[in-house]
Amino acid sequence: MTIDWSRNEALVALVIIAFCALAAASDPGFLSIATLTDLLRGGIVLGIFAVGALIVLISGGIDVSFTAIAAFTMYVTAMVLNAAMPWLPWWAALVMGMGIGACLGSINGVLIAVMGLPTLIVTLGTLSMFRGFMLTFIGQKQITTLPPGMREFGRMMIVRGENADGSFYSLHAAFLVTVLAIVLTWAILHRTMLGRQIFAIGGSVESARRIGINVRGVQFFVYVYVGVLAGLAGIIHSSMARVANPFDLVGLELSVIAAVVLGGARLAGGHGTLTGTVLGVTLIVLVRNSLIVLGIPATWQSVAIGVLILIGTGLPAWQAKRAAARAA
Amino acid sequence: MNPTPLSRVLASTEGRLAVIAAIVFLVMSALAPDRFLSLQNMTSMAFQFPEFAILALAMTVTMLTGGIDLSVVGIANLSAIMAATILTRVTGSGDGTAIVLVAYGAAIGVGVMAGLFNGVLVATLGLPPILATLGSGLIFTGIAIALTGGSAMMGFPAASAWIGNATVFGVPAPLILFGVLAVLISLLLSRTAFGVKLRMFGANPLAARFAAINIDAMLIKVYVLSGVLASVAGMVVMSRANSAKADYGSSYLLLAVLIAVLGGVNPYGGYGRVIGVVLAVLTMQFLSSGLNMVGVSNFARELIWGGLLIFVMIVNTWRVRRRRS
Repeated sequence: MTIDWSRNEALVALVIIAFCALAAASDPGFLSIATLTDLLRGGIVLGIFAVGALIVLISGGIDVSFTAIAAFTMYVTAMVLNAAMPWLPWWAALVMGMGIGACLGSINGVLIAVMGLPTLIVTLGTLSMFRGFMLTFIGQKQITTLPPGMREFGRMMIVRGENADGSFYSLHAAFLVTVLAIVLTWAILHRTMLGRQIFAIGGSVESARRIGINVRGVQFFVYVYVGVLAGLAGIIHSSMARVANPFDLVGLELSVIAAVVLGGARLAGGHGTLTGTVLGVTLIVLVRNSLIVLGIPATWQSVAIGVLILIGTGLPAWQAKRAAARAA
Repeated sequence: MNPTPLSRVLASTEGRLAVIAAIVFLVMSALAPDRFLSLQNMTSMAFQFPEFAILALAMTVTMLTGGIDLSVVGIANLSAIMAATILTRVTGSGDGTAIVLVAYGAAIGVGVMAGLFNGVLVATLGLPPILATLGSGLIFTGIAIALTGGSAMMGFPAASAWIGNATVFGVPAPLILFGVLAVLISLLLSRTAFGVKLRMFGANPLAARFAAINIDAMLIKVYVLSGVLASVAGMVVMSRANSAKADYGSSYLLLAVLIAVLGGVNPYGGYGRVIGVVLAVLTMQFLSSGLNMVGVSNFARELIWGGLLIFVMIVNTWRVRRRRS
């Protein structure tokens, strides 16, 4: 097998391996099931967000409003279920979250696909609108007693166990939802006509239009799909945290986009892989969880992530620039 | 059709914005006449807006080249931490004017270095500006956090209060500072070769390259200018808050982008005027202060800002399309 070093996936995988090797060298306890489950747990919500951000980037857009959609969805769902339908089972909460997410996503979809406004500006606007609307008209207090369905979901584990030293580890069932989201998105991108059309639009909107792709329809689908994933992530986040805090999640959007871009997706559109996205998320979660193991204080965390983003995007950009200069 | 004076005003982005600003001002005056129109409110508004208005100017110059600077808040805070470190470590004589000037010089130095860093990333290494400044912004903020451990720095000499709180013949010092900067940037953009090159590059990078413009040098200058403006904003924030902290004004980033776009600056580059940005800042401040007086919460303001941004974008693109068809 040959490894293509000009691709981000290889670079990120190498950094992850180096990070783990260094961490294991300085603390033998690093290579444990507990570290792994912490890592997987940290990647659940981030992973779902990242898959959504990836599909938008591939289509040539950018969405920064998904965290506000998630916060809005989890808060409204918890409130409505508590007030009106506490008997609904856990999966109904997830379905409801996807529905609310789809509605909010369709607002982005209308503004971007139908009215043709620039994606960054629209989603910056809707980010503050969704958040402002929720905090003004719906509520600002966190909901500490979640509806029974969400509480039940919050307790679901796939794996549960005890380490040799007596501490517990567990893996939440929501991890399966993240895996499902990744598989579904892979299927859409690589096994359907719609997926080819998303790549085509990201490559060149004008060419896509001329070969008869319904550009508006595809763009609309992309933003609704991101809304659905964000809604899902919101419900999972609050179920796992066992609280619906309206101030959570917003502020995470740039880290998520950073993770996806680290994994090789391009802002210009048309490029991006799920493998890269998963690797990017893994690296960001590793840095967040385990930087301290390398002897770097946690206060340097955002410097480390910033440096990673610059290296991860800088190397390919620099290589491309050199290649262009050589060709000219 | 005869163009009436009104339709001529409405034909330009800045004209429409002036009308919107006037309407917002009138509505707010009508809602709370005795408080909104009071001298006290006018003065307090004049003290409030310059800090984010200067950040919006920084955003404007980068947007004119089709770029963006997401690191402005990070630069502002890192500069403030730099100045605060000098001010708290060194004790001067008297009210400390000399040491404050030294601290400001060092802070501007931080702005230049940070801008240079951004410029090299964007121009020399060819990173997309969004990612370059997203990453560098995290680094600047991260360094500020690491230096201070995340807590606020305080205890400055009296002279450091001047730039944010003093008045000169009744005019607030930060307003004068903003006025001077706005005029300078406006002249730079409209009256110098640099300004013409900058807008030309923003409108059509390829044409600019064939016109033998030294693009790398120009982009580096743009990001240095943005960094310097950001560090000036940082000084105003530090002076007004009488402290420096790594995470001050995190909401100003969105606000700065919002103001620039509201002011008619094309985020893809090539078009934008300082007068538009000034009108946008005034609109935001009237809305913000007015709503505050009517008792609307901070969060409703966020909702209204977002709504206003999208509304203005819809109006602008709708007019462009109508003109084309």
